[in-house]
Amino acid sequence: MTSLPLSQDGASLPASSRDLFALTKPRVMSLVVFTGLCGLLAAPVHVHPVLAFAAVLCVALGAGAAGALNQWYEADLDAKMKRTASRPLPAGRMDRQTALHFGVGLSFFSVILMDLAANHLAAAILAISILFYVLIYTVWLKRRTAQNIVIGGAAGAFPPLIGWAAATGDISVLPVLLFAIIFLWTPPHFWALSLFVRTDYANAGVPMLPVVAGVQSTRRHILLYTLPMIAAAVAPWALSLAGWIYGVVAVGLSAAFLILALYVAANRATEAKDMGPEKRLFAFSILYLFGLFAALVVDKWVLA
Amino acid sequence: MTPELEPEIRKRQRERARITAILLGLFVVLIFAISIAKMTVNR
Repeated sequence: MTSLPLSQDGASLPASSRDLFALTKPRVMSLVVFTGLCGLLAAPVHVHPVLAFAAVLCVALGAGAAGALNQWYEADLDAKMKRTASRPLPAGRMDRQTALHFGVGLSFFSVILMDLAANHLAAAILAISILFYVLIYTVWLKRRTAQNIVIGGAAGAFPPLIGWAAATGDISVLPVLLFAIIFLWTPPHFWALSLFVRTDYANAGVPMLPVVAGVQSTRRHILLYTLPMIAAAVAPWALSLAGWIYGVVAVGLSAAFLILALYVAANRATEAKDMGPEKRLFAFSILYLFGLFAALVVDKWVLA
Repeated sequence: MTPELEPEIRKRQRERARITAILLGLFVVLIFAISIAKMTVNR
């Protein structure tokens, strides 16, 4: 399928299915789906494969819906940033109403399907996570405070909680710790990114920490938040909620994360091209979360 | 809307109709599978 040139006519055409898919932020969705699946697989109950598939599908659809509504609301900001200017709305390939209808429709669909396939609790947490991402993070916090990522990080932390709730119908200490890991991981992850794309954020008027407090303060914050994140990452093993496989992986990955965070704290560069440690920490942080959650599932399956 | 855009509009409408039909079919299969799975679990 070929894209039409960006023009006024682009928005008057029916949106292409590829652009509707792009609206769901598929790359972000992969991490959300993975952590949701791990929450479900780490639960101490057997879930019927069809119901497990449906629950993970609902998490994916809910995340896609939240991403679409985020892009609908932030089209003006996205247009000002290099990283996001080619998205369907700022590029003029889709009208805003289509994005809004798609996002709202997908939100309702994912929550109702979750209620049918799993239970009320999982559906309620899914609904809360969508509302949190759209209303608390996107609408309220993002343009107002440098702490947007700190509080807004909770939105991305819900999937393992949803997966666990879909499997068991309740919430216990382990899924809350999984929530805490992602919640505390989000600030160092996003601040590392925002350091080397801060000009973009500054041009768009988004008060990300490097824009408001400066690069050195952001580097100190990254190191500061890494410590409680590591404590949360090791806690499932320390509290005997996970076995030695998870413990070894969590300690190893966390040590590597801390070393990379120390390199970031020691860096004095102000130009994006000299921010190698920040780019390495950002890339590793994604691997870190994948590794941690994969280890939890392997640990449960091997040692069960 | 200009006449030159007419073929592109039709093409996109056909493509979206086809995808919607496939998704609806998959939705029916999914609901059926969920119903069977729930009956199996609750037995």
